[in-house]
Amino acid sequence: MWMLQSVITGAYYGLVAVAAVLLVANFIRTKAWDRELLYLIVLLPFVLRLLRLK
Amino acid sequence: MTRAVLIRKVVFAALAAALLAVSGRSFHAHRHLREPVVLGPGVTQVKTLGAYGPGVTGTVNDINLYMLEGVEPGGTALVLGGTHPEEPAGRLAAWLLVEHATIRKGRLIVVLTANRSASTVTRPSAAYPPTYTVPTAWGGQTFRMGDRFSNPLDQWPDPEVYIHYPSRQYLAYVDVRNLNRAYPGRANGSLTERTTHALMELIRREGVDVVIDLHEAELQYPVINTIVTHQKGQDLATMVSMTLSDLEGFDIGTEFSPLNLHGLSHREIGDHSPAVSLLFEAPQPFLDATRGKTSADVLLSGQDEFVVKAGKHGMLFAPIDEKGWPIALRVGRHTSSVAQTLDTWTEDHPDRPIEVSAIPRYREVAQLGVGHFLKDPSASARVAFE
Repeated sequence: MWMLQSVITGAYYGLVAVAAVLLVANFIRTKAWDRELLYLIVLLPFVLRLLRLK
Repeated sequence: MTRAVLIRKVVFAALAAALLAVSGRSFHAHRHLREPVVLGPGVTQVKTLGAYGPGVTGTVNDINLYMLEGVEPGGTALVLGGTHPEEPAGRLAAWLLVEHATIRKGRLIVVLTANRSASTVTRPSAAYPPTYTVPTAWGGQTFRMGDRFSNPLDQWPDPEVYIHYPSRQYLAYVDVRNLNRAYPGRANGSLTERTTHALMELIRREGVDVVIDLHEAELQYPVINTIVTHQKGQDLATMVSMTLSDLEGFDIGTEFSPLNLHGLSHREIGDHSPAVSLLFEAPQPFLDATRGKTSADVLLSGQDEFVVKAGKHGMLFAPIDEKGWPIALRVGRHTSSVAQTLDTWTEDHPDRPIEVSAIPRYREVAQLGVGHFLKDPSASARVAFE
């Protein structure tokens, strides 16, 4: 049970990392300033979670 | 990519990094705030919960257990503060026990932060203050404001439906991180379940006779200003309620723990151990859905015009006026209720006495304030940290 939960939590952090990488990639690719801001704002909670701050 | 676009991206990224640093620092400071507690004359040792459940060893919930032991043998009581750290009166009442209580017969085990993980986070989107400061003659003591649920950093993700162990009752998904829906717990479960399992092991191995779980409730919740008791504690709770209402100057009722509502301390501790389990509820307007701003001042003063208005419309289960429910009244209710419970227990069980004295009572806490009873950690050599 404990091990299974650890695996699920690990997979969750993996998904968060993938989403964060995609957001960064989109931020770099886009040329629209409002999109750039949008990607960065959405990225913040993902990074806070990956850094285990929030 | 033109030079202008590149510069703009760098500026935006720098702004985001600054925002990340400011918010991250705030969250980190809240999660790691150390709260000093002065070990009072009754404290003989401080253990940690991991001694009873290796599943919490090294985790945020390897909490302190303050052991207050009398010179003569007797019964054992366990007081739990901080099951729900967003209900500060329970923690502060337990704080006063550790810093002041003395024991002549029996033992008193006090937990200040039963779910320390939940004390390191506040409720999402609720704009809770991260901390609150109780004024004292020596400057004030700052405490973490917490949440009802374990920090998602320590237990995540939540399931679609929380299936309680061992009853298999379906509960709200978020209650998978609610310590008071996770009893009796299991050794290999989630962090919250491992914590309740370790607390159950503590109760069983130490032969605890009475468990008291300290809470606060919103005034729109019908279970308020009351003692919720397992059926084993009906006589005790009724006598305590009658005595408090008669002698201490505040009304407190009794309610019986529902037989088929699982996971709660007043149900499962009584069912899965020889102990009598009680849960005390004091009123906290800050938690009401109709309350206004969620500032630290409102948390401590218990004054909220919107909750008062709800009361005038008959929407509340406890009285409130412009004076509100200050923290001193809420803490005093708990300390007097604990003291009276131990007195009554001792009268009823002379073979298992728990004789405790020097607990600040309702009237003096109400008159002098909670801060009057908090000891200055810089003036004491015996200090632990929560």
